[in-house]
Parts: sequence; structure tokens; C-alpha cells
Amino acid sequence: MERFFLGISIGLCVLIFLCLYRAVWGPTVFDRIIGAGFVGTKTTILLVLMGFIYKRIDMFVDLALVYSILNFIGTLIISKYFIKKGSHIH
Amino acid sequence: MIIITVVFLLAGLFLFFAATVGFLRFPDLYTRMHATGKGDTLALLLSVVGLAIYSLYQDSSWFGVVQSVKLISIAVFWFIASPTATHALLRSAFESGVTPWTKDGKVIIDKTENGGTK
Repeated sequence: MERFFLGISIGLCVLIFLCLYRAVWGPTVFDRIIGAGFVGTKTTILLVLMGFIYKRIDMFVDLALVYSILNFIGTLIISKYFIKKGSHIH
Repeated sequence: MIIITVVFLLAGLFLFFAATVGFLRFPDLYTRMHATGKGDTLALLLSVVGLAIYSLYQDSSWFGVVQSVKLISIAVFWFIASPTATHALLRSAFESGVTPWTKDGKVIIDKTENGGTK
């Protein structure tokens, strides 16, 4: 079962690297924000899978919970910031 | 029990893959946000529920139950948080003047007349 979790983790890592294309070269600022949030969501799942692989699920579940909360708050704050600034900076 | 976990995790990975393809290939910001905002949420829910079932199967004492409750709480939190974040981001993009994509390149929202903003 650890091997299966490792396979899923590798698949998620590949998807994260695909996603980084938009997060780096996205046409607008908002594309970059979505890309960062999407990477954060995948990282949450990746943390839980790490917990199952290393058999320390009690610690890694808390890390994943905090990571998802930080991801949400970060996206919210950045979007509030760019209401004022506008998306003219490409 | 293990087969349920495998099916849920594979479904989650497939949805992540579909959301990533949509995110890379859709033509403008709003359609990209549509792809990620939905695919993301459901994929996280499926993966986390599969892992919670595996945690219950692996250790059915109170310790495993607490871990799976925590895992489910991640899914519940993300089900509230992800649409909120997507909505806030979309509104911020709309108010700062990102225009939607149309097939013939015509602008369907005139920002100068009625403005989009209040």
C-alpha cells in the first residue's frame, strides 16, 4: 500500500510541475494566484500521503490542516490586495 | 476496504489531472478559474475521504478514528473555503478589468459605460 501511495504522490508532483507553468508565466497576475492556490491544494494531499508513507499520520494531518488554512487565507488576502491595485501589472 | 481507498484516490488523481489540463489549456482567466475551482474541490474531497477510510481500516482504535475525523475536517473546511476564495478572486479580477474571452474577440462587457464596479 505504501508503494501505491508513493505512485499517487509522484503523479501529484508531476501535476504540480505542470501547474507551475501557469504560476510562473501566466498572462495576468490572477493566473499566478490561481496557480499558487492550486499547487497548495495538491500539496495538502501530498502531506497526508507523506504521513501515511512515514507512518506519522498524527503529525502530518495537523500540518495538512494548517497548510490548507494558510492557503485559503493567502489567496483571500492577495485577492483583496489586487482589487485596489488592478491587474495592469502583467 | 483497500479497494475503496484505491478507487477514491485514483478518482481524485484523475480529477486533479483534468483540472490541470483545463488550467493549462483554457483561453482566459474565468474559464481557467472554472476548471480549477471545481476540479480542485472535488478532487481534494475524494482523496481525503479515501485516506480517511484507509486510516480507519489500518487502526480502528480511537487513535485511527481521531485521525480520520481530522482528515474529514480538512475536506469540510476546504469545501467552504475553496468556493469563497474562488469567488473573491473572481470578483477582484472582474473589478480590476479583466475581460472575458469571446469567440469572435468582441468585448461583451463595456467597462466604461456602466462599469462593472460600483
